[in-house]
Amino acid sequence: MTRYARDVAIIAFAQTDHQRRSDELSEVEMVMPVLHQVLRRTGLRTGDIGFTCSGSSDYLAGRAFSFTMALDGVGAWPPISESHVEMDGAWALYEAWVKILTGAADTALVYAYGKSSPGEVRDVLSRQLDPYYTAPLWPDSVALAALQAQALIDAGHTDERELAAIGARSRADAAANPYAQLAGAVPRGDMVVGPLHRGDCPPIGDGAAAVLLAAGDRARELCERPAWIRGMDHRIEAHGLGVRDLTDSPSTRLAAERAGAFERPVDTAELHAPFTSQEVVLRRSLDLDSRVRVNPSGGALSANPVMAAGLIRLGEAAALIHRGESDRALAHATSGPCLQQNLVAVLEGDSHG
Amino acid sequence: MAEEPVAVVGIGQTRHRAARRDVSLAGLVREAALRALADAELTWADIDAVVIGKAPDFFEGVMMPELYLADALGAVGKPMLRVHTAGSVGGSTALVAADLIAARVHTTVLTLAFEKQSESNAMWGLSLPVPFQQPLLAGAGGFFAPHIRAYMRRTGAPDTIGALVAYKDRRNALRNPYAHLHEHGITLAKVQESPMLWDPIRYSETCPSSDGACAMILADRAGAARAPRPAAWVHGGAMRSEPTLFAGKDFVSPRAGKDCAAAVYRQARITDPRREIDVVEMYVPFSWYEPMWLENLGFAAEGEGWKLTESGVTELDGDLPVNPSGGVLSANPIGASGMIRFAEAALQVRGQAGEHQIDGARRALGHAYGGGSQFFAMWLVGSEPPTT
Repeated sequence: MTRYARDVAIIAFAQTDHQRRSDELSEVEMVMPVLHQVLRRTGLRTGDIGFTCSGSSDYLAGRAFSFTMALDGVGAWPPISESHVEMDGAWALYEAWVKILTGAADTALVYAYGKSSPGEVRDVLSRQLDPYYTAPLWPDSVALAALQAQALIDAGHTDERELAAIGARSRADAAANPYAQLAGAVPRGDMVVGPLHRGDCPPIGDGAAAVLLAAGDRARELCERPAWIRGMDHRIEAHGLGVRDLTDSPSTRLAAERAGAFERPVDTAELHAPFTSQEVVLRRSLDLDSRVRVNPSGGALSANPVMAAGLIRLGEAAALIHRGESDRALAHATSGPCLQQNLVAVLEGDSHG
Repeated sequence: MAEEPVAVVGIGQTRHRAARRDVSLAGLVREAALRALADAELTWADIDAVVIGKAPDFFEGVMMPELYLADALGAVGKPMLRVHTAGSVGGSTALVAADLIAARVHTTVLTLAFEKQSESNAMWGLSLPVPFQQPLLAGAGGFFAPHIRAYMRRTGAPDTIGALVAYKDRRNALRNPYAHLHEHGITLAKVQESPMLWDPIRYSETCPSSDGACAMILADRAGAARAPRPAAWVHGGAMRSEPTLFAGKDFVSPRAGKDCAAAVYRQARITDPRREIDVVEMYVPFSWYEPMWLENLGFAAEGEGWKLTESGVTELDGDLPVNPSGGVLSANPIGASGMIRFAEAALQVRGQAGEHQIDGARRALGHAYGGGSQFFAMWLVGSEPPTT
């Protein structure tokens, strides 16, 4: 590869058993097992890691500087080179990838966590909106996604039957995913906010994930089949929903272009689409046809720990490559109302001769 | 392939005030960003990516406000990253932006940090109850005062040192038009007579609570060559973190701070910081942290930092000026305070610091810390490009 200064790969991934509530666990207690799992899988110790980066949100945790507690779980002694983004962990992975590209580190530990159970996540997410004009109206996250879904239906890009099928396929696939919160035959359920039914919405839950990155030969030493990051980019759109075409995701398309996603077809895509309608938007923006396997993990419709769900898409795509079940996969993460901000990574495994 | 050299080609700050009721959050960040663009003679279209930082979202009551600020910062269609590493965040944000250029992912990056503390009460914003912990603290002063007392006991420093730092920084701020506090009638006696808040920290020895933003335009070598004004070159940068509380933690001189400085000096090939660094902008939210950080950063031997302060070495006309801008003691928009330190260091080596310029400053250190003295971010900037 000549696109970037160094070859960097995801070499290990771990996630929690995502669940509706985890009252008995602090964030630190939730994060520690996944940190230990990725380290154990590679034989690395905390002291071997060149850079650590995490993603989380104070608003979910309900306290300022909530990430400082999670740092205790990392075991930051002797002191470590470390950073944190107030974003989904996918962007923490991005920051760590850039750090490795500079040559300042050869390995990086990335983790993310979120507990939605202590509050009303629909209301909490409304605090992301323009504080002067939109947030005072408390439009919740399902209502905003419903606006997007209705726009898609009105434009003739989908219908309620297709949306229901996306939900059913995701939960059926999730039956093979031991970490999923919602799997198997899940009824479509009542209408929540028209046109979205219960089954079109993600489960609310708590969870964490961790990923290890390594460069070049270090990755080959530590992982039998590293998931090489062939490209990664992220883009943001305007915040005001009224100035966006909600049926399209130009930021996803641009990020995918910059990541080289359109240079060759991918066999699999892990899309961070918490609502069934958002999968429709993303498929259109990414030109994914029926030959591409979408969300074999069940996606965010089967487990959606906010702040970690995007990182989990990258981890799930990488895990498929580790297991030899994919050769070239696209992973996507989103943030903000109605897919405002999007990240796309293209991962590849070395071909076996 | 070696890292791309990183240059600071534009700097902008708001006028920091207790309450900037004349601007929205978007208006505040644009004021700094537009000044940085004007300084670099660039437009929004020249910017490849935006890296923004601030301290807890509770201070303004907006969750992940970068989503809402994307339009105001010209980020639509571009990558936007949001960093949050507690009080060190302004420094960390600049370092994340610098990495994007060093890694050759982008060539021109806008980095910005802000806080609009008048939207809430920062002291209580920092005093949220933590499950399973005793509610012992009210604000940052309550946390740091015992560590200052430990420093005094350990070093035998006379109790007059703190007031000297505050008196110096508040006078320096009179030369900085962006500083929040301009106390024209300040005297040492007024500092010494101000009310005791958290023993030994008096009112005049604490940072104010400010609204403000700071922005920088970072560029690669080609961008620096096109820049209309001299660039500041990044010679070294590092972040280090350690846990909040653990047996054996040295709150007076945390190892993460020492390790961070050592990493920066190694990159910048500094072997004697006291002689080779011309000016320091360090994060001193409470007066006594100047002598404490002088030791932690290797400018003085352990127990000797207060002697530099006492003998006037850190004054504007001393041989190691510390915080010629007036420092955090004169303006503290928390999330921006670290970036202001980094930017002021860059202004010094660019020769653009105006009335608080240190003549002939060639190498300057910008320093930020946060959390329970556990997160550190620093950079060393120079007037000449790095040699490798």
